[in-house]
Amino acid sequence: METLFAEKEEIIWYLACRAEDVPVDGGACVLINGHQIAIYNFARRGEWYATDNECPHRQQMALSRGMIGSQGDEPKVACPFHKKTFSLQTGQCLNDDGYQIMTFPVKVTNGMVYIGVE
Amino acid sequence: MNTNKMRHVVVVGNGMVGYKFCEKLVAKQKNGVQFTLTVFGEEPRVAYDRVHLSAYFDGKTAEDLTMAPESWYAENGIQLYLTDPVVDIDRKRKEVRSHHGMVVPYDYLILATGSGAFVPPVAGVEKDGVFVYRTIEDLDLIQSYARRARKGAVMGGGLLGLEAAKALLDLGLETAHVIEFAPRLMPRQIDDAGSGILQRQLEALGLNIHLSKSTQEITGEDTIKGIQFADGSTLDVDMLIISAGIRPRDELAKATGLDTHPRGGIVVDNFLQTADPAVFAIGECAVVHHMIYGLVAPGYEMAEVVASRLMGEEKEFKPFDMSTKLKLIGTDVASFGDPFIAEPSCRTIAYENKAKGVYKRINISADGKTLLGGILVGDADQYNMLLQTCKNKTILPPDPEDLILGSRGGEEAGAGVMGLPDDALICSCEAITKAMLCHEIGENGHTTIDSLKKATKACTGCGGCTPLVKDLIQGVQKQQGHYVRNVLCEHIDYTRQELLDLVKMNSLKTFDDVLDTFGKGDGCEVCKPAVASILASLWNENILEKGRATIQDSNDRFLANIQKGGTYSVVPRIPGGEITPDKLIVIGQVAKKYGLYTKITGGQRIDLFGAHVGDLPLIWEELINAGFESGHAYGKSLRTVKSCVGSTWCRFGVQDSVSFAIEVEDRYKGVRSPHKIKSGVSGCIRECAEAQSKDFGIIATEKGWNLYVGGNGGSKPQHAQLLASDVDKETCIRYIDRFLMFYIKTADPLTRTATWMNKMEGGMTYLKAVVVDDVLGIADDLEREMQLLVDTFKCEWKEVVDNPELRKRFAHFVNVPEQKDPTVEFESLREMKRAKEWK
Repeated sequence: METLFAEKEEIIWYLACRAEDVPVDGGACVLINGHQIAIYNFARRGEWYATDNECPHRQQMALSRGMIGSQGDEPKVACPFHKKTFSLQTGQCLNDDGYQIMTFPVKVTNGMVYIGVE
Repeated sequence: MNTNKMRHVVVVGNGMVGYKFCEKLVAKQKNGVQFTLTVFGEEPRVAYDRVHLSAYFDGKTAEDLTMAPESWYAENGIQLYLTDPVVDIDRKRKEVRSHHGMVVPYDYLILATGSGAFVPPVAGVEKDGVFVYRTIEDLDLIQSYARRARKGAVMGGGLLGLEAAKALLDLGLETAHVIEFAPRLMPRQIDDAGSGILQRQLEALGLNIHLSKSTQEITGEDTIKGIQFADGSTLDVDMLIISAGIRPRDELAKATGLDTHPRGGIVVDNFLQTADPAVFAIGECAVVHHMIYGLVAPGYEMAEVVASRLMGEEKEFKPFDMSTKLKLIGTDVASFGDPFIAEPSCRTIAYENKAKGVYKRINISADGKTLLGGILVGDADQYNMLLQTCKNKTILPPDPEDLILGSRGGEEAGAGVMGLPDDALICSCEAITKAMLCHEIGENGHTTIDSLKKATKACTGCGGCTPLVKDLIQGVQKQQGHYVRNVLCEHIDYTRQELLDLVKMNSLKTFDDVLDTFGKGDGCEVCKPAVASILASLWNENILEKGRATIQDSNDRFLANIQKGGTYSVVPRIPGGEITPDKLIVIGQVAKKYGLYTKITGGQRIDLFGAHVGDLPLIWEELINAGFESGHAYGKSLRTVKSCVGSTWCRFGVQDSVSFAIEVEDRYKGVRSPHKIKSGVSGCIRECAEAQSKDFGIIATEKGWNLYVGGNGGSKPQHAQLLASDVDKETCIRYIDRFLMFYIKTADPLTRTATWMNKMEGGMTYLKAVVVDDVLGIADDLEREMQLLVDTFKCEWKEVVDNPELRKRFAHFVNVPEQKDPTVEFESLREMKRAKEWK
């Protein structure tokens, strides 16, 4: 992600896709500057989230295809490969302390979805 | 011990035991007393699990084997120096000096230097192609050298040597030899008879075993060419791994004037203390009770003793039980207590079954009351119970042979884990007793293996105690009067059976409706697919419509099986395994066009691998145009009905098994169930379709058909049981309708019919009463419910192909739908391709 994170502190917002491209209560993957980012339309909570698309466990580009849900109050996504689950808020793996993914802020305006990169 | 002020501890060695010491001291520090810790390690990486080193060849990475990541040390304030062994100890000034010149003072010095491989003084050990088997670096060297070797040997027939020999085979060498000096394998663990059984098992795997062989010289110029033995015989090899035992790393201790044992090892007392009260030695470098403890569990106990004593607690290292159980290249090998004690000091009962490769021996006290020890090879299922019986000196039953043979015609021998005394050690790696576990389960509510692992660390070492711990969880809950109800998850407090009835009565059709009415929270990867399956089993509407796509497991969501690398495999339905030449050609053309790897499956179908998600609708469009339907290989539903060719061609066949298989497959295709369902139809008693290994299987008789149910292949094969005999086709179908629907309505999620029947009270007798005799009076309902599913079948792939909205979801990038995932990589394989191996 080097190019995306070049020294700037302020968030740069990238246009990702139309809101309807992301299934209700599910995820979809977008390509932004060569990086794969998973976007989740967590309609049940009225929230949007974005994370790495890659599951760090076996380096598979699959998180956008995972099921989302909650553990207690924590929103999470489960990788379809081996069901590692990650917090959508912090990116921390919830069932294996050794893994962590990146999370990104999401903005939805006029039916368009934007991903924020610091 | 004065613990008032901040003291500094230096640990020399970052192996498993050195790490465990850090972990224990850090945990104990939470009580207030503060130590600072510095760790020096010789290897370039942080402590890793050397016990499971061979797993490195099976695809485990160095990270997988790591005990704790480097960040753990920093987070706990531990200064860690890797690739920097301590080279000098100045006991007067109380400081150590490292290879890189780091000088660190200590109040307490912990020597956890471990051991190195023992290399016997044989001429030629320095030649290229001779290795030891000790570190990840050794394994890397072996792996790269093995690429150009054909014949390999291992010197040493102990545990590690045998694992190394198996690794040689796995690395692709044509022949692998094991050379052992003693007259038997694993001489420290098992006796001659046990070794004999083990040897047969290993030879069946392709290993060549040479016993009572003394190596005289390793021959060859600079590179090994062969081995010359003392008896005059020779062996041609390209590489040799030496695994002839360990040599404690005591050179540092020796140099600083500490007492070492003539055969190696730092001599310490029962408190792991050397003659210098500030210096301790733990693990494989220490000689305690005049011996080296070459296992990890006693090493951990030593770490515990020293950490406790630094904290001012009284603790002593007591003689440690050296019982072990391991799985050696697929064969169980265990020994416990005193395995070798012989008559007349005891009475020995031995059981040997060469056909099955099983050997069991137990040694019983002369008065017949207690178990002194024993050996198990080939089947160590009873190890935990035997070990506990031995350690706790439990009074034996009148027929102690039942302990190894199982009781014949009576109740199960022994009272199970709940019958053990409170101080019985359940997890020997972490020294956790039954009482500690019962307390955590009963008082603190840790009723899952995961939460018990976190609370106690049980099951985190070798994992061998996991079955016992599971039994304890169930046992304690039952004892507390809990009716153990298998509810779905934190969101839905109902069993699958309860929820199915509720969803049906309330005619709910979406996940949100179900969750709002009968659950809480937002759902998860457990309840979502369970509800998806229930909705499909009840209403049979397309699983991707009305917001149901995102509650499906990934395979169902994309109507294909996700494979390594994120591509999918495609399986068209080929009912009964019958296919026309034209359809075969279409499959070939499609596979060629989309570059797919093709393989015949075990269920008489053809699987096409390596499809990009975006290609799936295109591939299916072509298949459907050629008359194919979805094979539901991705679904928890009927997979395939395998058949033999039957009376249409076979000279033995008594009925037309192919036609019946096609009829059955067409009837139940697409029916969603708690787990996958497989079936088979055989045309005669020879059973070529293997119907008795299926969830339901049909075998032709002279008079009609025999129906078997509850069979299973997989990891726990189980034969199906006879439900009805000599019935006609119509009756057979009616019984299958009832059986399947009863299963669909009452089984827990992801439970195969075999497991469902095993758990059913009354078992087969009860099932027969429900399905055949209709004692519950539900047979008509079951048949009607199944008929609804049959009548409403639609090929879900055809629906997707014809529906632009559904098709749109089959893209890797929603913002550039035409672009495929660039990270997908293939390797070539026998004129086709395979997924790139993951790390």
